[in-house]
Amino acid sequence: MSQAKISISVRRAGTAVSIVDIQGEITSFAETALTEAYNQASRGGVNTILLNFEGLEYMNSGGIGLLVTMLIRANRQNQQLAAYGLTEHYQQIFELTRLNEAIVIFGSESEALAALPQA
Amino acid sequence: MTSEPTGAESRDAAHWAHPVSRLKVSDVPTGAVSLNVEGRQVVGPLQGFGQLWQKTYRLRMPGAQVEPAQVVDHMKQKLPELMPPGSRFYPSVSGVQPGELVLINATLPGVPGIIATGVMVLYSDEESFTLMCPEGHPEAGWNTFSAYEEQGVTVAQIQSLARANDPVFEFGFRFMGGSAQQERIWRHVLSGLAQAFGVPAEVEFLKTLVDRKLQWSQAKNVWYNAAIRSALYAPVRLIRRLVGRRS
Repeated sequence: MSQAKISISVRRAGTAVSIVDIQGEITSFAETALTEAYNQASRGGVNTILLNFEGLEYMNSGGIGLLVTMLIRANRQNQQLAAYGLTEHYQQIFELTRLNEAIVIFGSESEALAALPQA
Repeated sequence: MTSEPTGAESRDAAHWAHPVSRLKVSDVPTGAVSLNVEGRQVVGPLQGFGQLWQKTYRLRMPGAQVEPAQVVDHMKQKLPELMPPGSRFYPSVSGVQPGELVLINATLPGVPGIIATGVMVLYSDEESFTLMCPEGHPEAGWNTFSAYEEQGVTVAQIQSLARANDPVFEFGFRFMGGSAQQERIWRHVLSGLAQAFGVPAEVEFLKTLVDRKLQWSQAKNVWYNAAIRSALYAPVRLIRRLVGRRS
């Protein structure tokens, strides 16, 4: 079976925002890694999860599906999902799949943190 | 009928369709009715009305000396033949390529005549391809056809992540047998695949309710309902056919 080629770390930015740093490939094999990262990121009263895609190397339609399910989970918890670090190509994919209508996309981490509610 | 992928910065760039604001049907395969696709936008799992389901159908192919890429290539080439009689797929001459359209003429339980719709090839590589629905289609979302190797055995998989596009289709899926019919379709496809590769047609099925909420803000999608529009258009088609025969 193909292996997940992804590494994810989670860090906090203030009390209400978690940043999920994604490095590698988002395919259907990344399901476990993304689920664990989401669980870790949403602990402790977080109301925004910010996905850092600067290290994204590859994504297929299975990966986009995982982002949809993560978004649904976040919405159920009244959390906002936001993203930054998407190349123009991946921004186009968000547009094509219409994920950009539900996930706010920022140009950089600083821009995102300046705009997102911190508490 | 195509939109060329662009951008060379990512390995996956060539596998994705290019964003399109509206679908454009440029050639209609012989025998297909092209309706409810031209000018429509594609809709993902976030844009529909009904409950969001992930349905996974798997066929393990023990003993078949076949690589995942060969299985996916077979599905791409033989998709129309793999579909059951009541659900006809008409790929464009370019086949299952990113951005291409596949017209669909199908029957639905409780709906007289055919429903004409289609899907866009959202993604296609050697080991998977994904078909995305347009406005008016029974579902909003996509279906991914893939194959992979698991413990030395090739596994073919069809996975849908979709919700009913509007309240009429949601009712149909829940109470008119639409959901069961849909499940029969994908089991049929995998059974046909099993037959082609000489393996037992034992299809595993897993169904997960991802979001139980109805999205009432999307109830307006009924305006594009392909079943209603196909039924309204049926007399026009009939008249055209009769006029065509006389002249």
